[in-house]
Amino acid sequence: MATTGSPNAEIRPGPPLWLLAELTYRCPLQCPYCSNPVDFADQGQELDTGQWLDVFAQARAMGAAQLGLSGGEPLTRPDLIELVSGARELGYYSNLITSGMGLNRDKVRALADAGLDHIQISFQDAEAAGNQLMAGSRKAFQHKLEMARAVKAHDFPMVLNIVIHRHNIDRIGDIIQLCLDLEADYVELATCQYYGWAHLNRQGLMPSRAQLQQAEHVVADYRRRLEDAANPCQLIFVVPDYYEERPKPCMNGWGSMFLTITPDGTALPCHSARQLPIDFPNVRDHTIETIWHHSPGFNHFRGDAWMPEPCRSCDEKHEDFGGCRCQAYMLTGDAANADPVCAKSPHHHTIVAAREQAGTPLDQVPPLTYRNERNARLIYRG
Amino acid sequence: MSAPHHDAIPLLRRGFRLQWEPAQQAHVLLYPEGMVKLNDSAAQILTLVNGERSVADIVATLHQRFPEVPDLEADVLDFLEAAHGNHWLTER
Repeated sequence: MATTGSPNAEIRPGPPLWLLAELTYRCPLQCPYCSNPVDFADQGQELDTGQWLDVFAQARAMGAAQLGLSGGEPLTRPDLIELVSGARELGYYSNLITSGMGLNRDKVRALADAGLDHIQISFQDAEAAGNQLMAGSRKAFQHKLEMARAVKAHDFPMVLNIVIHRHNIDRIGDIIQLCLDLEADYVELATCQYYGWAHLNRQGLMPSRAQLQQAEHVVADYRRRLEDAANPCQLIFVVPDYYEERPKPCMNGWGSMFLTITPDGTALPCHSARQLPIDFPNVRDHTIETIWHHSPGFNHFRGDAWMPEPCRSCDEKHEDFGGCRCQAYMLTGDAANADPVCAKSPHHHTIVAAREQAGTPLDQVPPLTYRNERNARLIYRG
Repeated sequence: MSAPHHDAIPLLRRGFRLQWEPAQQAHVLLYPEGMVKLNDSAAQILTLVNGERSVADIVATLHQRFPEVPDLEADVLDFLEAAHGNHWLTER
C-alpha cells in the first residue's frame, strides 16, 4: 500500500493525550483472547530503559497525560519501577495493566513508593477452574486474589478487568460479586473484541445473543443495588460490537488522541493496527512529534477523504469515523472499507453469519488456540 | 444526591488528581484510565478542594475572588453536588 502522498497530511490533530506503552510481549499466561499480534514471537528487540524514558518525555512534552503500562505482562520488565518513577516525575497519571502474575507485596509497595497512580488486575473468571481454562495456569487464581487484596491495602484505586466470553458470561453475577468482595473501585466487564488471538478463536469465544441479554439483566440489577447502597464502584459493561448495527467510533478517530508504542518501538494509532498493510514508524528512527504529525502511517486515515461509500456520503461519518480499520481489514480485506458491523456495509453479512454461529454447541466448535510462543510460531511459520 | 452541607469537608476521591495541562490550556481531573477537561469555574472550585476547607470556606474564598458574580453560592453547591454524584469527591 502506498505510504506517501496521503491526501490527509494537512489535517492537524490535537495532541496524543493517551500513551499506551506495551513494554513487552512476554507473559506467563496464555489467554486465547489476547490482543497481542498472533506473530508476537517474531517481533524485534524490546526498547531499553533509556529509550522508554525518552518516549515518555517526548510524548509528555506534546501533551500526553495518561500513561498505560501494558504488555504482555509489564511486570516481566526488571526496570518497571524505574519507568514508573520516570513517568511520575514527568507528571503522567500512570496505570499499570497487569495479570497480577509476578506481583508480590514488596513490589506493590515499591510501585506505590515510585508514584504509580493505579493498578488494573485482570481476572479470567470468578473461580479457579474457569480461570485456569483461559489463563493456562493452575496457580493464577489464588495469587490474583492475594494481589488484589495487597493493591487495596496500599490504598491504590483498583480496576478489575474481566474479559467476558461464552465460557464465563453465564457466571457474570458471580464475577461481579467477587469484584465487590475485593472492593474494586471499577469493574470492567469487557466482552471479547475479536482482534489478535481472539479473532483466531472467535467461534469458541463469542457469546450468543441470549447469553448477552441475560448478562445485561444481571449487570443492570447489580447497578441498581450499588446505587441504593451509595457504593461508588462502577460497573463498565463493554458489549461486543458484533451485536450492534452501527460501528464503534474506534479510538475516537484514527490518530486523534491515542498513541501506542509496541515493545520494539513501533508507533501505532491503536494496539491492533500492526496487522494492517501500512508502514508504521519506529521511535528509534523518528521523534514522536514527527511520527504524530508527519508520518504517512498516522495520517493515513485522518479526516474523511479516504472514505469510500457507504461512509463517504453517510451523515454519521463524523460520529463513528466508519468504525474500526482493523475490523474492516480482517473482515473485508480492505482497511478503508466501512466496518462491517455497520448495517449499511455491503459486508455486514459476515457479522450476521458470526452471530448465527455463536450459538453452535461447544462440542462442534474447534478447540481454543492458546497464546504462547509455540502456537505463535506454528501459526506463522507453518 | 442532595446539596452538600456547609460544614462538610470535601476531598478528591482516592486515585483522583487535579493538574494543569499546558497542551490543553486547562486543568484536568485524572483518574484510573480517565481524564476530564475542566472549564474555568469547575477548576476554580476544585483547586480549593483540599480535604481541609469546608464547603462554606470554599464559597467564602470564591466570593472574595469574584464579588461581582451573582448566585455564586448556588453555582458552587450545584457543582459540588454533581461532582459527588460522579464520585469525584468524598467527604472526610
